[in-house]
Amino acid sequence: MTQATTEATVPYEEALAAYDPVLGLEVHVELNTATKMFCGCATTFGAQPNSQVCPVCLGLPGALPVVNEKGVESAIRIGLALNCEIAPWCRFARKNYFYPDMPKNFQTSQYDEPIAFDGHLDVELDDGTTYRVLIERAHMEEDTGKSTHVGGATGRIHGATHSLVDYNRAGIPLIEIVTKPMVGAGERAPEIARAYVATLRDLLAALGVSDVRMEQGSMRCDVNLSLMPTGADRFGTRSETKNVNSLRSVERAVRFEIQRHAAILASGGSVTQETRHWHEDTGITTSGREKSDAEDYRYFPEPDLVPIAPAADWVERLRESLPEPPAARRRRLQGEWGYADLEMRDVVNAGLLDLIEETVAAGASPAGARKWWSGEIARRANADGRDVPAYAAAPRRDPRPCGGVGVVGHQRPTQ
Amino acid sequence: MSELTRADVAHLAGLARIDLSDAELDKMVGELGIILESVATVQNAPIADVEPMSHPMPLVNVTRADVVRASLTPEQALAGAPEQDQQRFSVPRILDAE
Ligand SMILES: [Zn+2]
Repeated sequence: MTQATTEATVPYEEALAAYDPVLGLEVHVELNTATKMFCGCATTFGAQPNSQVCPVCLGLPGALPVVNEKGVESAIRIGLALNCEIAPWCRFARKNYFYPDMPKNFQTSQYDEPIAFDGHLDVELDDGTTYRVLIERAHMEEDTGKSTHVGGATGRIHGATHSLVDYNRAGIPLIEIVTKPMVGAGERAPEIARAYVATLRDLLAALGVSDVRMEQGSMRCDVNLSLMPTGADRFGTRSETKNVNSLRSVERAVRFEIQRHAAILASGGSVTQETRHWHEDTGITTSGREKSDAEDYRYFPEPDLVPIAPAADWVERLRESLPEPPAARRRRLQGEWGYADLEMRDVVNAGLLDLIEETVAAGASPAGARKWWSGEIARRANADGRDVPAYAAAPRRDPRPCGGVGVVGHQRPTQ
Repeated sequence: MSELTRADVAHLAGLARIDLSDAELDKMVGELGIILESVATVQNAPIADVEPMSHPMPLVNVTRADVVRASLTPEQALAGAPEQDQQRFSVPRILDAE
């Protein structure tokens, strides 16, 4: 049998002519709670190493976890926004593994009783069509510590002599959102993957539950991909590409894996079930460890945490308090402002929606607000090498009921 | 109950990051086999009409408010670490991880 972990590829069109991709996405999102999921340690990003740790998140003997109520609330709100069912009763589980990023030797997670399940998210593609992504589950868990590998090349584990671990991140609440396998996406699989993650990011931002900053790791994406011969109905062996951490990379990683799997299958080989590492610089994936089976994690109900049973009336209150979905909001604002499709797309892509909404609310005309932010301020931001939203302080701080938006421009942008 | 094999023990040792010699593997297959056999007698308990139970107390929703509490200082946190460097826990290289 041919070596199945090569990085050889065939042209994309050739791959799609012979195979149907099956795509699944697992997104981990760090919640923006003030404290960790099971202890009162702060979650501030960028703190001194091991300054936000305690006996619970260090796994010291005798320490007992207590669930962060806000973490549960955020999980339910995410589940509801993804049109999921909310479990009336569910438990945490221990996922046992021996790796120094978790000092407890297990990660507290959920196994067969996720708090949210069976949902969907409608994703609008660039050409205006909508693709419905089915959501398998969204469950609560905790983040791991951060390892720096010493002795190898540029912090990578390969060739390292030892590792240094900072546990500030260990125990920060994570929600893992898992799609059902997407079948039939065909050549649009990479585009759909990117659009899904972008839509999910917007939704989580609107919910206010996370910073959703992929570049800081508060939102991370794993790409599961397999191919089956065109017309087949049995899924092929999948690879799981970990930590694909930008929208563009999600699209590229799906595309690369389609091409790589096709090269293996076309040469008569079989795909190895394994995790893969994504390399942003070269745009390829390389072999990681062989994927453990679920039974290797020896999941069992977490005895130190009692079950979570969200009251039905609480869930209904949370459902009623959900914000307007981002896509619906965009449609409403476009109607109110009378923007052409292209104008609206540019405004959305530049991240100007909130700014224009505030500026219009402050008395400006929609057309004037758009010209101001996407013209004058964009020019200045470009010259300063910054994003336009970095100038966001301006309209809020000028309470004058201005007829023209020009006045806001006189203030110095804040850093 | 199927018998514990040498391969099972080697696999478990790998998951637990324990390096076992051939002689130790042979010894563990025998010893663990006896332990599993003994524990297996619990499967004869009459449980047909008993609900599975993971938590003995009839409690749900024990939570706390999202309010920051004092953490340990880095010095306290690292006090028990066999090795430390740059205010971090120094741990051995992970075998076969990549
Ligand atoms: Zn803690």
